[in-house]
Amino acid sequence: MAGTDPIHQFVIQDIFKLFTLGGDGTEGSGTTFAFTNSSLFMVATVAIISLYLILSTGSKSVIPGRAQLVSELMYEFVANMVRSAAGSAGMKFFPLVFSLFTFIFVANMLGMVPYFFTVTSHIIVTFALSMLVFLTVVIYGFVKNGPKFLKLFVPSGVPGYILPIVAPIEFISFMSRPISLSVRLFGNILAGHITLKVFTGFIVTMSSLGFLGILGSALPLIMAIALTGLEFLVGAVQAYVFAVLTCMYLNDAIHPSH
Amino acid sequence: MVTQAYAQEAAAPAEEHVEAPATDAVHADPTADTHATTEAHAGEDHGSGVFPPFDPATFPSQLLWLAITFGALYLLMSRVALPRIGGILANRKAIIDADLAAADASRQKTDAAIAAYEAALAAAKSKAQGIANESREAIQADLAAKRSAVEADLTAKVTAAEARISATKAEALTHVDEIATETAQTVVTQLVGDVSADSVRAAVAKAKE
Repeated sequence: MAGTDPIHQFVIQDIFKLFTLGGDGTEGSGTTFAFTNSSLFMVATVAIISLYLILSTGSKSVIPGRAQLVSELMYEFVANMVRSAAGSAGMKFFPLVFSLFTFIFVANMLGMVPYFFTVTSHIIVTFALSMLVFLTVVIYGFVKNGPKFLKLFVPSGVPGYILPIVAPIEFISFMSRPISLSVRLFGNILAGHITLKVFTGFIVTMSSLGFLGILGSALPLIMAIALTGLEFLVGAVQAYVFAVLTCMYLNDAIHPSH
Repeated sequence: MVTQAYAQEAAAPAEEHVEAPATDAVHADPTADTHATTEAHAGEDHGSGVFPPFDPATFPSQLLWLAITFGALYLLMSRVALPRIGGILANRKAIIDADLAAADASRQKTDAAIAAYEAALAAAKSKAQGIANESREAIQADLAAKRSAVEADLTAKVTAAEARISATKAEALTHVDEIATETAQTVVTQLVGDVSADSVRAAVAKAKE
């Protein structure tokens, strides 16, 4: 049954245990850290991005080859995204946005390979990434603008008597950003992978029902093929959405009076 | 195989769970909860246990490795990869700009050369025109001088000739009386006989009046 269980693909297994913090030395007490299948794919994601970008740009050619051109296109894609959403002052956050975009993008693409683990299908990972963005925005916003950063909650041009209503709404929408940012990515990837697994599970189940079942399994097969294409699109779009929203939130920190 | 590995892994916390509350009462509560759910999950083959993405027991490891890997990615990107790609793009832009500037400079040089050529051409033309004018004026002046010299010469000759003619005429006119006297004396002598020269002369003078 495990073969068609749509949840099984999200199970985290320890590859080897590392160390335990706290506790009293007995097994099970304290917080245990381990190298898991999730860790393995995080390492793989970072290794793929870093090796590709560093090796493809090794020759530093003025006239780029194909591999170098891809690196340059990714660079310019993210750089234009940052520049258009957060202005040239936002370019100091370009490495952060680039790292986020490539990490999520490659993790999503790796997750599309059968039997591979999808790092972004765990809420704690997406939440940690969105908290990183959120805390960067809040800390940089206060460091750069001081109390003026609170203007963010007071949109200009709003009459004074509406402010008691508008400001709390702005505040709540601001505070819910890390949740919406993380749940959007997590939910899309999780739901997509479950759907894909359910439809492919149908193929196996129906095929075991005899001749008519094999004929009927063509329907979930077509669905599974279509969904695979859709999931590649979703994986790329979600990485883009995460990066664009990061840029827009960073823009709030750089220019709080909008 | 995957299921087996997971079951084994889950089996260990199940044992730990028994010992945990006895040793550390304060710490036991949250961990006991976690292990209990993990145990249930393992026991029923992921059927009704905790949903893996919401299993807090996996959070520390995930956060640790996310911090390590994303931190490494950020460092590699901000220190190595992005400056390098940015350098390549900036270098290319500099080369293109320099080439464009060089092309522009060449074009300006060409324009300057064309302008210089045209100026030189215009100067040469005006100089040639000047020379032509000068020589024409010189020739005209020379011609006029020669002509006036010739005219003066001719006028002088005409004047001299006229003077000579009038002199000759005057001289001739002085001989007219003498000729007339001689002629009249001869005619009278033939017709009448001798006549004195003085009376003939007086008669001629009388006839002339």
